[in-house]
Amino acid sequence: MLRDEERRWWLNGGLRLAMAAALIMLPPALRAADPPGAAPVAGAKEAPGDVDPNQIQVPPPPFSEGIFPCTQCHDGKTVKLNTTPRKLVDMHDDIVLNHGPNRWCLDCHSAEHRDQLHLVDGKLIDFSKSYLLCGQCHGNKLRDWKVGVHGKRTGYWNGQKQYLLCVNCHNPHSPHFKPLKPLPPPVPPDQIVAVEGGRP
Amino acid sequence: MSDTPKTSASSLACGEPQSGSRRRFIRAAGCAAVAAALTGCGNLTTEEFLQRNFRELDKKELAEIIARLEKEYTAKFRKKVTVAATPPMPGVVFGYALDLSRCIGCRRCVYACVKENNQSRDPQIQWIRVLQMDKAEGVNVLHADPYYDPPLVPQEGHFYMPVQCHQCKNPPCVKVCPVKATWQEPDGITVVDYNWCIGCRYCMAACPYGARRFNWGEPHLPPEEINPVTEYLGNRPRPKGVVEKCTFCIQRTRKGRYPACVEICPTGSRKFGNLLDPGSEIRYVIENKRVFLFKEELNTQPKFFYFYGV
Ligand code: SF4
Repeated sequence: MLRDEERRWWLNGGLRLAMAAALIMLPPALRAADPPGAAPVAGAKEAPGDVDPNQIQVPPPPFSEGIFPCTQCHDGKTVKLNTTPRKLVDMHDDIVLNHGPNRWCLDCHSAEHRDQLHLVDGKLIDFSKSYLLCGQCHGNKLRDWKVGVHGKRTGYWNGQKQYLLCVNCHNPHSPHFKPLKPLPPPVPPDQIVAVEGGRP
Repeated sequence: MSDTPKTSASSLACGEPQSGSRRRFIRAAGCAAVAAALTGCGNLTTEEFLQRNFRELDKKELAEIIARLEKEYTAKFRKKVTVAATPPMPGVVFGYALDLSRCIGCRRCVYACVKENNQSRDPQIQWIRVLQMDKAEGVNVLHADPYYDPPLVPQEGHFYMPVQCHQCKNPPCVKVCPVKATWQEPDGITVVDYNWCIGCRYCMAACPYGARRFNWGEPHLPPEEINPVTEYLGNRPRPKGVVEKCTFCIQRTRKGRYPACVEICPTGSRKFGNLLDPGSEIRYVIENKRVFLFKEELNTQPKFFYFYGV
């Protein structure tokens, strides 16, 4: 007999297979209207100067040390699945969830596939594609990020560029950009002393 | 308008213009010695004294000058320093955009620039100035504070506006230079020939952005901190008595790289690219964001844009 979890997985997979089949049979114009999250970042053509997948490198997600893969513990045996929203104790209690009202872990983390995230439509994505998840609510930011206007780009203005993932700058659990200590202010002109022959 | 620069003040002291004088080298050298005695530029070598404006140099002269400078810097900083004269890329005009809604005033850009561009550490020279502004006042230079120093930024009720050379399309600094030691390159970068600058500082008075800096003292740059990859019209070490300014990191951007300030900014506020490329991020900013030009009414036509990214 199939366990509950497994049954759901098959059901889910089967459904998606059927959907894929339906999509294939659709005329090409309709097929292009993918669900927003499903479009690979490079394929989306809504803005001029869209990112070129061969020119963009994204760094790996900034996991806390030793935390990934999640299935080390969340293997369905060591830690039993509990989908009830609650305050976490013993583990992950250091995470402050300060990201809009009524959020909880499994809104983004997949319960069944712990090493992945899921979009609202149930589609699973890797942590390295987390921008698709963020973009579900922050669509305008995702759009700007793709064209290189939100977030930092390094590398070549006329060639290969490195991007950062949203989560490299914004802690997903508490995304507000943290204040920084400013570097020293300039020396006021009246305090600048020029020494003959320069300083050693 | 002719591109021939006027003779420098020091060569005028000889009573004879420099161009063509190499034929009578001995005489010119003698003249230089007299000039040195008269004008007090005693620490100039004959080659330096006779050197022409960068835009008049032929290939051979340029190569000789570069070799001389590399030797001089390498000896002074005790490591291999290269000086390049990278030409502008055809079909490229550089533009810069800074997101005022994101800058938090952390000054990382200021120090990344100092390091990359070999500014004097003492007396201190910085090309970027970050202004702390009052949100209630908006962009109002009368309410700007460059010396803010709280434990953490951004501070409540304030926003931050970094100012550096705006690489104007209509640059007042270039117009006023009496010896044509500063000019706009085809890729839009306004540069200075430090060997031609006479230090009159007219350009500093003319610049409405306060973007130019003068070497009042002998610039001090610790050898271990020098960036040895330099450009003749950019970050090579400067002598005392000349003016310098932001060049959009000419030594990086003419090789396709982003300027140092773009790469350091932790908030990603700084955007850079080719204004002539419709697919560039700079064009996207101009076409899709709320953009403003600082002191637009002066008709300097900056290629440095401020925008609101949110
Ligand atoms: S590094 Fe970026 S955020 Fe910091 S002061 Fe410069 S522009 Fe602003």
